[in-house]
Amino acid sequence: MMTTARPFIRGAGLACVLLLGLTACGSSGGGASDGGASPDDVRAALAEGGEITVWAWEPTLEQVVEDFEAEYPNVKVNLVNAGVNTTEYTALQNAISAGSGVPDVVHIEYYALSQFAISDSLTDLTSMGAADLEGAYAPRPWAAVHQGEGIHGLPMDFGPIALYYNQDVFDEHGIEVPTTWQEYVEAGRALHEADPDVYIGADTGDAPLSTSMIWQAGGRPYTVEGTEVTVDFTDAGSTAFAETWQQLVDDDLLAPITAWSDEWYQGLNDGSIATLVMGAWMPPNLESGVPDGAGSWRVAPAPQWEEGANASAEMGGSSLAIPSASDNKELAYAFLDYALAGDGVQTRVDAGAFPAATAILDSEEFLATEFAYFGGQRANEIFAESAANIREDWSWLPYQAYANSIFNDTVGQAYVSHTTFAEGLAAWQAESIEYGGQQGFDVRD
Amino acid sequence: MTTLSISPRHRAPSRAYHRRRRWAGPAFIGPFMAVFALVFLAPIGYSIYLSLYRDQLIGGTSFVGLDNYQRALEDAAFWSSVSRVGLFLAIQVPIMLFIALLVALALDSGRLYGKDFCRIAIFLPYAVPAVVAALMWGFMYGPRFGLVGSINDTLGTSLPNPLSPDWVLAAIGNIVTWEFVGYNMLIFYSALRVIPHSLYEAAELDGAGEWRVITAIKLPAIRGALVIATMFSIIGSFQLFNEPSILRSLAPNAINSDFTPNLLTYSLSFAGQQHNYAATVAIVMGVLTMIVAYVVQLRGMRKER
Repeated sequence: MMTTARPFIRGAGLACVLLLGLTACGSSGGGASDGGASPDDVRAALAEGGEITVWAWEPTLEQVVEDFEAEYPNVKVNLVNAGVNTTEYTALQNAISAGSGVPDVVHIEYYALSQFAISDSLTDLTSMGAADLEGAYAPRPWAAVHQGEGIHGLPMDFGPIALYYNQDVFDEHGIEVPTTWQEYVEAGRALHEADPDVYIGADTGDAPLSTSMIWQAGGRPYTVEGTEVTVDFTDAGSTAFAETWQQLVDDDLLAPITAWSDEWYQGLNDGSIATLVMGAWMPPNLESGVPDGAGSWRVAPAPQWEEGANASAEMGGSSLAIPSASDNKELAYAFLDYALAGDGVQTRVDAGAFPAATAILDSEEFLATEFAYFGGQRANEIFAESAANIREDWSWLPYQAYANSIFNDTVGQAYVSHTTFAEGLAAWQAESIEYGGQQGFDVRD
Repeated sequence: MTTLSISPRHRAPSRAYHRRRRWAGPAFIGPFMAVFALVFLAPIGYSIYLSLYRDQLIGGTSFVGLDNYQRALEDAAFWSSVSRVGLFLAIQVPIMLFIALLVALALDSGRLYGKDFCRIAIFLPYAVPAVVAALMWGFMYGPRFGLVGSINDTLGTSLPNPLSPDWVLAAIGNIVTWEFVGYNMLIFYSALRVIPHSLYEAAELDGAGEWRVITAIKLPAIRGALVIATMFSIIGSFQLFNEPSILRSLAPNAINSDFTPNLLTYSLSFAGQQHNYAATVAIVMGVLTMIVAYVVQLRGMRKER
């Protein structure tokens, strides 16, 4: 027993020491650099060549990488799909903590950008040439990549909201396409009465949808000033959302089907879900997931909270950023510039992406694109108009990913119990405040 | 010269023998110990280390001693998830083990027609990965387009929605029972097969009926297997994760991020980046599971004597 116990303890001790050592050096790994490179350095790096690793799940980047490598034969780009959104953020966080395996370029959604920027994990791109790109992007995504003084990524795409609806279903029951949210509720009632199997929409509680609605209604629940944060879901915009959705849920006008599930696609295909509120990135998803709807679906501006208004908001959207721990920032920036400001943008648009670059958003060719799926409709005109009308001053929490993960624990209860939306939002607020406090923020309501 | 040359040669094997003897044992268990330390002890040690710190988005990492443990013991979300798996355990495990026992006894009775087919058919669900099983059942549970919806449509019934908050725990219990009846059946069945036939002959001579044979011979003989199966099931219940996490995408409001202790740990560490607190919850849960399993084992073994 003695002889076995000794090496066993020694082995365990050694393993622990090794692991502790890893984490100890990990904590000093992040936040080393503050950029410092100039556009000249970027050009020099491009001429010299080298190798960079890109973590992204955006499918249109594959072609961009091929084209980039063809144009700069000295450069090798390893495009890695390290998982979609939170999966990738977890991997990135782990790599940053471990101090190794950090990619040179990483795909980050706007709502999650501040979480990395606030801990100095991302390179400030201002001096590398990003400062000259002011005006190259729609205002909202351009604001989204700013954190304090710095520019922490370049905008890849964004999602001005629109109403997608099934024209055939509306025609069948003689119902007009709603232009305000009150009309939306009434249309829902009329549809459901005409055919109990048909719902105006499907929703079981979705944080991105709800925050988008509050944003469009003029609500500003989050304010962020450095590490001072307030969370307040009692303003007029949030209340308008809560009251309208309360009517929709109380009268069973929304199909209790979770977005992106098999049942959801079936409902969209067979016409029992008549509308969707989604970002401008939705068309490729409809084409692949709802093939039976080809020719039936159309796009309209999102319903308004006030009659005659033209307010819009965003849902989704993402950027490419350069982690501070990257060893090859100049080359990484050259790739960002090519993919998001240079020739790569058109490549991505041709593959179906909705870009953030104004050169494309304003171009006649882009606006005139006819979508066969939408019966030849020029959907980009509606998306572009929505993009121009996005309400300003919206902020995300610096820990939005966590807040979204507890949305169904709180607001979601309004869909399945006697909890009201107002109570659900209050619970969401309370839990978001508590978490922020634990993470060292100065949070108030 | 010759004597000198002999003696070392004589002593050498003896020294080598001693050296071998001293190292033979550790050399045999060494590889196991190395792997055991690396994949079992090191992660536990690392978790304990993690649980003593707190890593904040603002302020970085700091040593907090046992603060995380105190927080876990006072955390209502944690205890509600523990009581949920407790309830699950109290209802699902007896049902599952009873069915498994019934099937094992039926197979063992030798009166079942198509015995081999039954055995394979009942065991088969265990071969389906838990994730696939949950996906499959999740589809069947669908209240609108799934099997439940179809039954309601065709027969005009109004079966409750298995994915509603009131029913979802039972729906998960059903999946777990489906998955593990065959596994437990096999444990019981193999225990039944090793009972000496002479006991049955003796019982027959004494005029014991089938029921008496079951209660007086079969059940006492497989008590060890029953205890083992119960312990596995307790541990499994406390570790409940796959089924709720898959169904969560279909019923996000019925299955919260703290539905079971494992789901809570997962949410804390991957959505909330609270690795330290997640490690603490995992350790507290591990200790709780050990205590419950140990108590059950003690009780089971005491009865055996």
